[in-house]
Formats: sequence, structure tokens, C-alpha cells
Amino acid sequence: MSSREEILARVRAALTANPEPAPRIPRNYREPVTSERAELVARFVDRVSDYRAIVVECAQEEVAVRLAEAVPEGASVIVPQGLTYPVPGAVIDHGQSASELDRVDAVVTLAALGIAETGTIVLTHGPGQGRRSLTLVPDTHVCIVGADQVVAGVVDAIAALDPNSPTTWISGPSATSDIELQRVEGVHGPRTLHVIVVS
Amino acid sequence: MTGTFVGMPAFPEAARAALGNAQLRANLAAATSTIRAKRAAAVGELAGWEDLRLAGAAVKDSTLAKLDEHLLTLEAALTARGAVVHWASDAAQACELVASIAQEHGVDEVVKVKSMATAEIGLNEALASHGIAAWETDLAELIVQLGHDLPSHILVPAIHRNRSEVRDIFTSAMAAAGRAAPADLTDEPARLAEAARLHLREKFLRAKVAVSGANFAVADTGTLVVVESEGNGRMCLTLPEVLISVVGIEKVVPTWGDLDIYLQTLPRSSTGERMNPYTSTWSGVTPGDGPQEVHVILLDNGRTRALADRVGRQALRCIRCSACLNVCPVYERTGGHAYGSVYPGPIGAILNPLLKGVGVDQQTDSLPYASTLCGACFEVCPVRIDIPDVLVHLRAQVVDAHRGTAIPSAEAIAMKGAARVLSSSRLLAAAERVGGPVGRILGVGSSPTTGRPTMRRIPGPGAAWFTARDLPAPPRESFRNWWRRSGGRS
Amino acid sequence: MRVALQVTCIGEALFPETGQAVVTLLRRLGVDVDFPQGQGCCGQPMVNTGYLDEAIPVVRNFVDTFAGYDAVVTPSGSCTGSARHQHSLVAERSGDPALIRAVSEVSPRVYDLAEFLIDVLGVDDVGATFPHTVTYHPTCHSSRLLDIGERPLRLLQAVRGLQLVDLPGAEQCCGFGGTFSVKNAATSIAMGTDKAAAVIGSGAEVLVAGDRSCLMHIGGVLSRAKSSVRVMHLAEILASTGPMS
Repeated sequence: MSSREEILARVRAALTANPEPAPRIPRNYREPVTSERAELVARFVDRVSDYRAIVVECAQEEVAVRLAEAVPEGASVIVPQGLTYPVPGAVIDHGQSASELDRVDAVVTLAALGIAETGTIVLTHGPGQGRRSLTLVPDTHVCIVGADQVVAGVVDAIAALDPNSPTTWISGPSATSDIELQRVEGVHGPRTLHVIVVS
Repeated sequence: MTGTFVGMPAFPEAARAALGNAQLRANLAAATSTIRAKRAAAVGELAGWEDLRLAGAAVKDSTLAKLDEHLLTLEAALTARGAVVHWASDAAQACELVASIAQEHGVDEVVKVKSMATAEIGLNEALASHGIAAWETDLAELIVQLGHDLPSHILVPAIHRNRSEVRDIFTSAMAAAGRAAPADLTDEPARLAEAARLHLREKFLRAKVAVSGANFAVADTGTLVVVESEGNGRMCLTLPEVLISVVGIEKVVPTWGDLDIYLQTLPRSSTGERMNPYTSTWSGVTPGDGPQEVHVILLDNGRTRALADRVGRQALRCIRCSACLNVCPVYERTGGHAYGSVYPGPIGAILNPLLKGVGVDQQTDSLPYASTLCGACFEVCPVRIDIPDVLVHLRAQVVDAHRGTAIPSAEAIAMKGAARVLSSSRLLAAAERVGGPVGRILGVGSSPTTGRPTMRRIPGPGAAWFTARDLPAPPRESFRNWWRRSGGRS
Repeated sequence: MRVALQVTCIGEALFPETGQAVVTLLRRLGVDVDFPQGQGCCGQPMVNTGYLDEAIPVVRNFVDTFAGYDAVVTPSGSCTGSARHQHSLVAERSGDPALIRAVSEVSPRVYDLAEFLIDVLGVDDVGATFPHTVTYHPTCHSSRLLDIGERPLRLLQAVRGLQLVDLPGAEQCCGFGGTFSVKNAATSIAMGTDKAAAVIGSGAEVLVAGDRSCLMHIGGVLSRAKSSVRVMHLAEILASTGPMS
């Protein structure tokens, strides 16, 4: 008997010997909480900055200025294909190797959505967001999120996302609590995270 | 090479040794009190926490009730999305599968995402025997690996180490494993984290094969989920060409939608954050993005044994958050090594006997007794595992497994005798008639609080009480005799 | 209402003053409490150590003794918890339908003293006087198994002259744990030592709790440390009408 058949047989034997009906799943936690958009965006900004990410809110026409502030002077910058904002001097991703990405200082992308409750941005790695390694290897990640992309909580985020593409949930810069359970920012992922919220 | 839990003494003995280590107790007390406060705040600000716990438990229970069907759905979804699915009945099979995939690619090293399943099966040691180095990339796992140490916590395996110990380990051991620690390394956590970044970066950039576990496996979409903090997980899941994920069969949840429970409860319960820095989800192979060869090993290794235990199966709900360790007054004092397993603390005290079975070795049999049944673990468990209930249930299994042995233990004899006395008022009164005077003879002085002599030691199985505790000598008149004499009117 | 006292095995043999205080207190409140003489133990020591078969006669004796009473009052959160949560387990193990039925009738009528006073009698102020500084340890089974909450504190706050002071880390287990206290003596003592230090640090003259077993453990550590802090059961303070001797 293959391991597969063996495991399935053991599962069935365990369940047949001690059957337990599947319980009803109480979904009360999904009851929607209504919030004004302005309130949601304010909470999102507040909670992203709690992780010691740098957050700015701006109007559409100010994005270029904010981008220039976020990207260090003289830094090498890469952007994914499909980024709708111009980033002067940026290289467009054409499948550079990880080692090549390791020599790039910053990356600018869009996001799929933002979560107010937890201060999280989620990337689904489509146009404007780039493949996964793009936002991982460079040390600075600048992420542009539309105020209209902010959802209230994790429940709304899961409902809005398509699991067929990979997703990356980012809450602040890379961090660890492994030494004396005290949080320290900056380990393997980008050590600086800028979030630009565009109204 | 890390150390081994094989041959660990039973819990009471291991705990006694650990309690003698003042540094360990100080490190643990500081770390657990920090995380307890953070968790309480993170849980407290979320309305409807109890609703999330109830839903989290119900989803797991309903999945376990039809586990075979969900596993087949998962297998089909993964295969449809380009992953190769393997099944491993036990640790040895799982390790062989990983080793043979690595060997097919001709590598002598793999990078690893922190994973309880791979720690449970002893993967690193197995790969080493095939000449393959397994590099741990989680900071705490790295500390354990470089220190030739053992993990003592589910989430933070190096919780027993403080910052200056970590500095010493990095300074002395990093060079032999790759890039050396900076010469001027201090014990500042930020500097230590930076040293790990520098040390591991070259390994991430060159690794061809990565090994991970998964926090969740979504059956209907074939999606695996890894919840992490540092970005080492993202490095392993994204940069190498080949990804092998070892996933316990209890990690399956039916739908993507069910994640909306656990992605709320897991980070708040484990690190006390609203959300962990990084969560990655992927469904098989994504053309042009990340590993183009994806293997998933579905692991049993005792889980079906736990599933067969009607009371104990709730332990398979566990999402490995560690909240029960952090609040456990026993764990806080003994640390994790005393439990002799990669799964320490309250969850380890039930999971190990459930996975391995009782009545086989003394160490495993001692674990259900490593608790005062205070219930703090159940109170914080995000999937409502009634750990005290399961502990009591497993204690009965341990006792039953030893019934009918030729020579009953002193404890079994004492319990039989006690039961006889405690179920009979006549025998109880007789015991008081004998015990009272004996106790008063053993007593010395006169306690200022009871006016009675104090017993400072007694012979026999109860002697352990008196190593650091007194007991008042029995009173001249028991309650029963007082009632008989006075009718309850003193 | 027919009310029985389940005095607990520890209370019966070692700490008669606790049972006596319950009797004094309940009679003062107009409850004619009875002490059914057939009683032994609730069976918790056996069940919690894994000896379910051995617990069967103990539980049988318990339900035989207390059948027919409207309420069984016990000065112990953990004995109450044992009756409510474990007796059915033992009865099922016995396979005896009569025992299963008897347990289902008796268990719900077992009350911890504080529950009985507040939920059944409806009193917070039991007319006690106790002019001392007191700190309260919420024992694990009363707070987590019975969800007894603020009840004991409400009773203590109504006592004349009593000054209640905070116990740091009150929610932490004292480390008694029944047979844990001898099977894992070193860990039990480490926990008891920390609890005793918190008690001493609270500045209280008296440590009060709703369980004699936990008090026996903490009191044992305090006594060995030659501390002057007294340990008293909640019943003893509620029965009191003046300063302690």
C-alpha cells in the first residue's frame, strides 16, 4: 500500500471508530463594521506608522514629489512593468537575477489593497506590483496605495483577494522579536518601508 | 548540528535541573512577561475575539471530521496548479523524500524557513547524513543551530538565550558556517539582527533548493500560507528554483475564506501584533515568479493516531501560536527543554503523547503530569483547545496503560488505598484516629497561626512536600468529631 | 431548602476551622446546614492523577451522600469544579446508568461557598467584621473553571474594618495542583515561592482564598520562610465578628 493510501486509510479508520459530526461554523465575526472612508484611511495611516513605516498622505498630483522624497538621493531604483507613476531614473524590471536585485537600493510599486484594522498592504504581484522578489531584495520599498483601496479588516481583504495569484501581506518593515521577545525592525526584508496614500 | 532530545529524562527530573539555572529563569520570566502583556493588548483591542475563537475551533473541527475528503481536494488543487504532492506516513519517509529531491538537483545545501514539522521529523540531521547542509534562516533557529543547542519554544526557539549570550554565539560560530560576525558586534538586538542579515544574505542568493512548512493549506485552491516576521521566509519561498514544503495533514482548511479567522488570531496570539510583518500565500507554480518546481509533502507522523482519540483530537486544531507556552506558569519556570521535544509547554504536554502514544516511554508518559491544571492555556488558546481536559484524559490513558503490570507502582497502590478510605466515612474516621496522633508526634512547636504543632518532614511518598513547605499537624479534633460532639454548635 | 455541607477531605482532616466557619456563617444567615456523615472526598485526587476506576466508588459515595439535598455547599472552588466537570466523566467510565443519572442530578446542585452566598442567598454583606489588611488569591479552578469572577471580592469588600490590598500577579497559579505538588515538587515549590513573595510584598496581614488546598501549599511555603502572614479561608473571614486572636 502506498503512503497515500495508508494515510487515507488511517484517517478513515480514526473517523469511523470515533465519528463526530462536523459542527456548524459560527460566522458572527464577519458582521460588517461600517466606517466612513476618511475614518478608514486615518486608521490605516495610523496603524501603518505604528510599525515604524513612513507614511504620507497626498493628492494625486503630489505623488511625484512624495516619490522623490522617499527615494534617497542618488539611489538606484527599480520599478515593475505597468507602474502608472513615472519614477525618474528608475530601471524597469526585466527579470534581473536576485544578485542583481541585491545591488538595487529601492523599489517602487503599487499594491492590491490596504487593510485599515491591521495597517497592512497586500500585493498580488500583477502589473505595477511586480514579481515577489522585486519587493523583497532591495532594502527600501516605496508602495503607493490609493485611499479607495483601503478596506476595513482582514475579513474584507480575504474576500477581495484571488488566491490563484501569489499574495504578499506586508505590515511594516521586516522585523523580529526573537531576542528577548522585543521587536526590532530590519532583518532580511526591506528595512525601510514608505507608504504613500493617494487620495 | 543541533543537539538531540533523544534520551531526555522524564519531566520532573529535567525540570528540577532547569529550575537550578538562575540565568534561564531570569531570561524566561522577562521574555514571557513581555509577550503576555503584548498579547493581552492586541487581543483586547479586537472586538469579537470570542467569536473568532469559536469560529477557529469550528472550522478545524469540521475539517477534521472529513479530513480524508479535504486532503484529496488539496491534492487535486495543488496538482492542477503545477505542484507535486507526496505523502509521508512517518518522519523517516518525509526526510527521505526531501533528501531525494535535493539530491536530484545535485545540491549540498538547502535554506530553510522556520517550520515545526521539519523540526519534529529531525530533517536537518537526516539531511546531514546525506551530506546536505540545512541552513536555518529564522533568527532564533539560527541562534539554536549555531549554538549547537535545542529549541525551547515553538515561536522563539532561542527564548532561553538573552542578548549577550546571542552575541557570544554569533561571534564564536558564524565564521564556521559562512560569513563571520562583524568584529565590533555588540549585544544590541538591532546589531544582532543586522549580523544575521549579512550572514544569511549570501546563502539566500545562492540557494537552489528551499524547504518550508506551512501554517495553513487551503484545500479548494491548493494555496499554502507562511506567516513570518523577518523576511527570511519570503527569501526562501521566492528566490530558489525548487521549493519543498512539509505540511502536517492537520494544516488543511477547506477554503481561502477560512483564512479570515486565523490571519486575525494567529499574529495577535503569537507575537502580540495586529499583524505579523510578512504573510506569503502561493498556489503551486506561478510562471515567471518564484520557484518553478514546487513539492508538497503531506505528513502524518502520528497525526492519525491523535485523530483517533476522540478527546485528544482537538489538539490537531493547534495553529502553533505559542500563547499557551507564554502564559503557562510551569513553562515560565522550567523552560522548554524540560519537555524533551520540539513541542514544549502545555500544547507539547498533550501533543507529544497524542502523536507518539502512551505507555511506551517514561518521558512521554511524564508530560501529561507537567501541569497544575490551572487552565491559563485554555483561556488564551485561539482555537479553544481545552488543554486541561485533554491532560486529565491522557493521565487516565497513562495509568490505564500500566494497569495489570506485575508490580504496581507505589503511586497506584497509594491511589487504590486512598480511594478506599476516601469513599468510606468509616475508614476516613479511622484514618483520622490513627493519623492525628502520629501527625502531632511528628509536629514541632506551635504555629502562631493555627496554634498547632508544625510538621517539617514526614517519611514515605509524601516526603517531597516537605523539601520547602511545612504542614500543620492534624488538629486534636477533626471536623467530623467536632460535628458529632457539638451538632455544629461550638 | 435542604442544604448540605461538603467539607472536603482536606478540610475534614486538617483544617476543621474552615468547615466550622461555614457552619457558623450559614447559620447566622438563617440556613440550617447539615453535615451528612457518610461523606468522603469528591474524587478529584484520583481523577486528576489518572485513576478513573479508583474514583468510581468515591463518586458513588459522593452522590449517595448528597442525593436529596437542594444545595451542596463546599468551601472549595476545585471540589465544586470536580463535581461539575469530572463526576460525569467518572460515571461514564463506570458504565452504570444509575450512577450516570445520580451524577446528573447531584452535580448541578453543588455550589462553591461564594456562589452560594451571592447567587442563591443573594447576599454580599454577610455581617462580618474583620479589622485587618487582607489580600486575595483567586484560585485557578474558582476563577477559570467556575468563572467565579468578582464574587469573593464583593463579599470581602462588605466586611467591616477589612482593608483589601492588591496581590501582584494574582491570576498566576500558586503551583499546588494536587498530586503535582509531590510529583513535580521542585516546580511546585518554585511557583509557591514566587506566590509567597508576592503575598509578602503586598503588605497584607492575611492571605485569603477560596480553597484550603492552595492555602495549605502557599501557607506551607510562608511557614517555612518564617513569615508572619496568616492564611485564612474566605469562610473564616466571613464568619468573623471581630479582630483575630
